[in-house]
Amino acid sequence: MKITLKIWRQKGKDQKGAFKTYQLDHVSPDMSFLEMLDVLNNDLVRKGEEPVAFDHDCREGICGMCSLYINGRPHGPLQTTTCQLHMRSFTDGQTITIEPWRAKAFPVIKDLVVDRSAFDRIQIAGGYISVNTGGVPDANEIPVPKKIADEAMDAAQCIGCGACVAACKNASAMLFVSAKVSQLALLPQGKPERKERVEKMVATMDAEGFGACTNTRACEAECPKGIKITNIARMNREYFSAMLTSYEVAAGAGGD
Amino acid sequence: MKLDSKIPEGPLAEKWSKHKFNLKLVNPANKRKYDVIVVGTGLAGASAAASLGELGYNVKAFCFQDSPRRAHSIAAQGGINAAKNYQNDGDSIYRLFYDTIKGGDYRAREGNVYRLAEVSVKIIDQCVAQGVPFAREYGGLLANRSFGGAQVSRTFYARGQTGQQLLLGAYSALNRQIANGKVKMYSRTEMLDVVIVDGKARGIVTRDLVTGKIEAHSAHAVLLCTGGYGNVFYLSTNAKGSNVTAAWRAHKKGAFFGNPCFTQIHPTCIPVTGDHQSKLTLMSESLRNDGRVWVPKVAVKGLKASDATKIAEADRDYFLERRYPSFGNLVPRDVASRNAKYVCDEGRGVGQTGLAVFLDFADAIRRDGKKTIEAKYGNLFDMYKQITGDDPYTVPMMIYPAVHYTMGGLWVDYNLMTTVPGLYALGEANFSDHGANRLGASALMQGLADGYFVIPYTIGDYLANLPYEKVSTDRPEFKEAIQSANAQIEKLINIKGKKPVDQFHRELGLTMWEYCGMSRNEEGLKKAKKKIQDLRAEFWANVNVTGGAGELNPELEKAGRVADFLELGELMVDDALNRAESCGGHFREESATPDGEAMRKDDEYAYVAAWEYTGDNQPEVLHKEELRFENVKLTQRSYK
Repeated sequence: MKITLKIWRQKGKDQKGAFKTYQLDHVSPDMSFLEMLDVLNNDLVRKGEEPVAFDHDCREGICGMCSLYINGRPHGPLQTTTCQLHMRSFTDGQTITIEPWRAKAFPVIKDLVVDRSAFDRIQIAGGYISVNTGGVPDANEIPVPKKIADEAMDAAQCIGCGACVAACKNASAMLFVSAKVSQLALLPQGKPERKERVEKMVATMDAEGFGACTNTRACEAECPKGIKITNIARMNREYFSAMLTSYEVAAGAGGD
Repeated sequence: MKLDSKIPEGPLAEKWSKHKFNLKLVNPANKRKYDVIVVGTGLAGASAAASLGELGYNVKAFCFQDSPRRAHSIAAQGGINAAKNYQNDGDSIYRLFYDTIKGGDYRAREGNVYRLAEVSVKIIDQCVAQGVPFAREYGGLLANRSFGGAQVSRTFYARGQTGQQLLLGAYSALNRQIANGKVKMYSRTEMLDVVIVDGKARGIVTRDLVTGKIEAHSAHAVLLCTGGYGNVFYLSTNAKGSNVTAAWRAHKKGAFFGNPCFTQIHPTCIPVTGDHQSKLTLMSESLRNDGRVWVPKVAVKGLKASDATKIAEADRDYFLERRYPSFGNLVPRDVASRNAKYVCDEGRGVGQTGLAVFLDFADAIRRDGKKTIEAKYGNLFDMYKQITGDDPYTVPMMIYPAVHYTMGGLWVDYNLMTTVPGLYALGEANFSDHGANRLGASALMQGLADGYFVIPYTIGDYLANLPYEKVSTDRPEFKEAIQSANAQIEKLINIKGKKPVDQFHRELGLTMWEYCGMSRNEEGLKKAKKKIQDLRAEFWANVNVTGGAGELNPELEKAGRVADFLELGELMVDDALNRAESCGGHFREESATPDGEAMRKDDEYAYVAAWEYTGDNQPEVLHKEELRFENVKLTQRSYK
């Protein structure tokens, strides 16, 4: 296959970026999208040019490190992670445009690499159950209905890649935040802290500069793990009931 | 130096309790006076950092990924073992201990393995309390499944993403300590060296991967939780970033390396399709329950999966069923892998490259119906189709073995301390619990056991004897380490040769796979040693590292890691040469029964090979830790 690549190149956070065009004429349809970029990069190195920086690690669709906005869609044309996208999803002669995630809360570090540490900070604000190691009850002491456990697992599958934010016209992180809020609100172990948790996580989400949700469902359509927007509905419910019944928490405050 | 495993005396079942009581404690008010560095945030690292923070120590945690949640533990699929005996099927701590020792082909310590089995039950309790959504039965209690190498159902799981859920549990505990100010997290930061002051590990040197800044961090103890070194083979199921750098640089500072040649090769991976291949994807071993493995009796060049039905039943060789009539397609990982290699070496492999065998579900679909097969393996079939473009409901899958896990690692004693005082190794980074072969669903168990339930006890014993005073990073030992890290980076950037880093890595991988992979012999290993030495020399003369030192530079990161893999590769070959027996994942062709099965030599090799670094290009010195078996009887494995 022959393809033309239009790739966003940006030297650093504060530098101006621009698209650069590259031709590749020895692409195999069996290559993964990232392997295609490896080939490009090795060509560039041989020519003494600097390769394109992009994030990636496990290459099996679970670590959430890979990103890329491909032809206007996060992770490209399939509802999967970029590392699980193969070149057979494209046609010979096609032009492929590759951009980084675009969101105020995800500043570009270099080329296609963005800073997603805002996601970590939201989790640090309250995405946990406060139990120390040891001294916990036997695992079977509290039965959890299978349906509830399954639904918690559906939400827990989020890989934190940020495709939901990249897909959203408001760069909202509601799907990401609601996945953790849902998982822990559904399980009996998470109930004692459910009110503070949602308040703290939402406050941090807002402080980090993510936008509001306007129910376009673009996040759900692009999520590589199929996280449902019913989680957002559940988070809103959790949030409103917490606002009505619990004490106020300062924005961004974490910890016990 | 005499290796002291520090296994406590006394009956097996009482060793850990007794040891815990004898360990010195640090007073709760004094814990805040000690700083601990944790490198790596996978299951071992995240659980250790969180648990030590909870106890009151000041923790600094480091990971090279953009978030601690991305460590490669996240990719583990199948499950985690624990001797809960919730199924009432005869499981016990002793049985889990026995299965693990036997599965490891009698090359692990009894004391360590028993402790692992003992704390396994607490791990599940801990994870449930954190909100890990394990699979459950309709009554609301936890579900189990069975796994290779065991006759009881003791594996807990969260769909096919158990590693992800356990890691996110540990990550949440870590986050809580970050919020509490007890853990300071450094993401996108790679460790480049351990700093030793007065014979003790007192800090590390790191590189900020975004700015390129080299920094020193001092502490009272350093924990390496940096995973395995399977990427020495270039192609493996590891993440692209998984590397040996932290462990290797610690090795060069005095930490012995244990059993480096013990690697696990998983039989059911998606085969390589071409030179562009960057990584291999594992398909769950459970597929062998219903899939039949075969190749044509007579070689057919480039046989496609879509043409498999053209090969008549009588012309197929179901080689595992033929050679191992009682276990058939369910022989252990190493046996299945080796036999796939043999038939491909004979030229009977299938697919474009000839390096694949069929895993055929046609009979199972005929017998049980497509629906049943879909219910069991639907997600795996989808994944296979997505990657290869072939539909396993209509054509057989093609599989080939791939490097998956490394049982070897830094040598540690019962306290998880390496041969450098104050330097610990946890999880896959150490050599300790799996012997020569790891059983399925045991890696997650070991990572969390080390981090949640072993190190919080054993580190106190060391710190209690250490003065509170911090060492300053202005000391010459830190300055020197910073200088040598900078010097190596400068050197790499200034070679300006012709070959990209990846190409060296790929060549190293091919050599390791060919000569130090599924089947090894003296002649091949000697050849490999020479090839690796030559490649290493060429690397330092002809590698092309683009970009600069003071910026995000993935080529530079890779170059540093490949430089270490080139040195480790040679040590693996030395270790494989030394161990002239077949055991677990290490098959020496010279040590086989007349019908080609592995033959262990307990009289000569029932020891841990711990290697000491003695200087650049100097032969490493072998130290032997004899393994004593007081509870189990050593037997040869047979699957005929």
